[in-house]
Amino acid sequence: MSDAISALSGAHATGYVTVTEAGLRGMITLRGDLGATKLKAAVKKLIGADVPLVRQNTVNADRGVAWMSPDELLLMVPHAEAESCVAALAKALTGTHHLVANVSDARAVFRVEGAAVREVLAKISPADLSPAGFAPGQVCRTRLAQVAGAFWLTDDETAEVVCFRSVAAYVFGLLEHSSRTGSEVEYS
Amino acid sequence: MLLLNCPCCGVDADETELAAGGEAHLKRETVGAEDEAFEAYLFMRDNPRGVHFERWRHAYGCGKWFLAARDTVTLEVFGTYPAQTKKPPKAIENALKKKRPDWKGWA
Ligand SMILES: [Zn+2]
Repeated sequence: MSDAISALSGAHATGYVTVTEAGLRGMITLRGDLGATKLKAAVKKLIGADVPLVRQNTVNADRGVAWMSPDELLLMVPHAEAESCVAALAKALTGTHHLVANVSDARAVFRVEGAAVREVLAKISPADLSPAGFAPGQVCRTRLAQVAGAFWLTDDETAEVVCFRSVAAYVFGLLEHSSRTGSEVEYS
Repeated sequence: MLLLNCPCCGVDADETELAAGGEAHLKRETVGAEDEAFEAYLFMRDNPRGVHFERWRHAYGCGKWFLAARDTVTLEVFGTYPAQTKKPPKAIENALKKKRPDWKGWA
């Protein structure tokens, strides 16, 4: 098998925050009844965390689970383990109405770091990025200028941004432009 | 700018995060329907100045459909509610009657 490479080979930009393509990440879409006992147990076993509440995001070392919609979760695992995790989930959920798919190579991930991370995201998204409206531990599915995307804060100065791989260059451009030195809004 | 609270994920979603789905509470005509009723179901829509019930989809967010009651002139939103609802909830109807005494009812 050929080696997997991420969309932008670790592209990096430094403005008044830094933007870095975070490399390969195992991502699994899981859809089904999020209250079902079997599904809850399968998520717990794979990620080591409970099914998150509405719009919550749990990170557990190199794994994580994010609430994407009332019947959809995004599971994150090391990239090399995604296929085997999908197989394990499919096995665990046999007989339960569900959908599980490895979407790792359909996505790109960026890390945005700096004190102004909220402002940089607020420039390209209609989401509420005030500390009262959005905090670490939450996930936000929204619009990044012209395309769909999602992000969460791992701490008050670090965000991870996810988009489709096909628009990775566009989203990197957005983030790079939004964080360009001299374009500070200094909104607080 | 229009903000609608998505009842499926709780976000106060900006208009640009949403996709409009037209009039809500349409009765679907099917096999055996009169031609006129079928035509009305397919093509005829209310287009009121004022109170309107609409379908919206939180397209860039949780992806789910929901319904909203709002005023097409003032953009005042009277409330949003789940798509699995055959008529506006009592609370919205009551609020409407109070705020728009000349409103003729939803049906
Ligand atoms: Zn929603």
